[in-house]
Amino acid sequence: MSAEQIIFLVVGVFTLLAGLMVVTTRNLIHAALWLVATLFGVAVLYTLLNAGFMAVVQVVVYIGAIAILFIFAVMLTRRDLRDRGPQMNRNWWAGALIALLTFAGLFFLLSGWGSASRVAGVIPSGFDAVGQLGEQLVSPQAYVLPFEVASVLLVAAMVGAVYTAFNRK
Amino acid sequence: MSFWINPLKVAADWLEGLLTGWGLDPTLAHVLVAFLGVMLLIVILMVIDIFLVWIERKTVARFQDRLGPNRLGPFGLIQPFADIIKLIIKEDTTPGGADKVVYNLAPILSMMSVLVVWAVVPLAPVMLGVDLNVGVLFLIAAGAIGTLSIIMAGWSSNNKFALIGGFRQVAVMVAFEIPMLTMLMIPTILAGSMNMNDIIQAQGGRWFFLLSPLGALIFLIAAIAELGRAPFDLAEGESELVAGFNIEYSGMKFGMFYAGELLHAMTFGGIWAILFFGGYRFFGLELVSPFLAIPIFLAKALIGYWIIMWVKYTMMRIRIDQMLIFNWVFLTPLSFVLLMVTALLNVLLRDASTWVYAVSMFASNLLVGWIALEVARSMSKKERTKGEGNSLSLRRGVG
Repeated sequence: MSAEQIIFLVVGVFTLLAGLMVVTTRNLIHAALWLVATLFGVAVLYTLLNAGFMAVVQVVVYIGAIAILFIFAVMLTRRDLRDRGPQMNRNWWAGALIALLTFAGLFFLLSGWGSASRVAGVIPSGFDAVGQLGEQLVSPQAYVLPFEVASVLLVAAMVGAVYTAFNRK
Repeated sequence: MSFWINPLKVAADWLEGLLTGWGLDPTLAHVLVAFLGVMLLIVILMVIDIFLVWIERKTVARFQDRLGPNRLGPFGLIQPFADIIKLIIKEDTTPGGADKVVYNLAPILSMMSVLVVWAVVPLAPVMLGVDLNVGVLFLIAAGAIGTLSIIMAGWSSNNKFALIGGFRQVAVMVAFEIPMLTMLMIPTILAGSMNMNDIIQAQGGRWFFLLSPLGALIFLIAAIAELGRAPFDLAEGESELVAGFNIEYSGMKFGMFYAGELLHAMTFGGIWAILFFGGYRFFGLELVSPFLAIPIFLAKALIGYWIIMWVKYTMMRIRIDQMLIFNWVFLTPLSFVLLMVTALLNVLLRDASTWVYAVSMFASNLLVGWIALEVARSMSKKERTKGEGNSLSLRRGVG
């Protein structure tokens, strides 16, 4: 087993366990902190895939902004940070069924894919991955439309948030 | 390759040869040597950190017309070691009702968020931890971990002052992250790369400070806010919050926060030097040997640190609403405008001569700064007259 595989397995198991802790822990702040750990694990997976930009953006956006927003929202809205009551409701079997089916479907899909066992290609030194990504995002042949649609959506969300929060005198 | 030109590589090769000679697996030897390199960097940084305590105390003493530590050793140089011994043997207390794991994790994360920045800091042309192509963004990612550590410390201490301090600090950090990120884009645009080493290499003829003085200034302000130092030290706010988010920490756990803050200040001095003052560059001296480049870089970092201290011990603390208004109404729009102007000029003057390019960049910065100040002045004048009118009418109403 190569060092990369060992790192992948360790990080993968850690990410899954942290993800499990997010939904099982009863303390909401702990859940948010476990979520941070999960997101870190995903960032490490990006690094293993040679996607340094994605990894750093993952940390900046998801941990630096979204997780901290979660923690703030929890702190400001709840008096008691512990969750009481049952953690399951009557539909737990339906949820379990859907999760199992999704897992089976993904497993079936990926086992037939063939690329999963391929070794990643070596990126030549001097390859400007960030520059390529930037060009793809604004090139009409590539992803300029999804990129702009996402931008418009975010601006609309921002305008909506400002309008909702604006205090009319 | 001689030891004089690339000492780290030579030492690492020698060590790897030695380890494989002893029958170690080459991959394992490589990992081991890389690990030793990381440890060496951290140890050197921590030793520098010890002396930063002394530098900080000496400098603040001079600013306040005092002597500072002067009893132990020459110029009080042994004082920080005495401080460390004191911190280590102090009782390690945990407040009742604290969230133990989070409480103990927070100082470690705080220190880590500072140390991890040095992974991408180029100390010399051939000496840097990781040649990351998104080095500039990495800074912000490290800052995110720092924010998290402060929120964790503030919440887990089970103390209302700590929580208020944590809230304030996070509000400052989240707000000032925006002008900082925007200002990080200016060296990126000027150098055409987010790689720290490329940014330094691009400052061959002229430092970016000469092309974007306003950008350097805004970055410094945002950095001071990110550090939580005066005039943005409302998270500590001794007069209101006792000590802010680290109020419940004792002994070396407090020491971690304190040392982390000092090292963070010097780190930002170094980053400032890299982005706007050419990093290890100094009239070609850096090409002679890393043994010259590292002192040059450290000197620039310490000058940046000194300026941060100068600001800290000169300014008074501002209120949180003033701080937030200053950021959201003044600094953020200004940094956006500056970024747009710089990007536009950079494209328009691509074919112009170096002199035209440099002079118009400098002039555009001055112009943007002047317009921003004029707008701010007229706005505040309007606010002030409105306030005076209100108080006049109030007085008349009472009379």
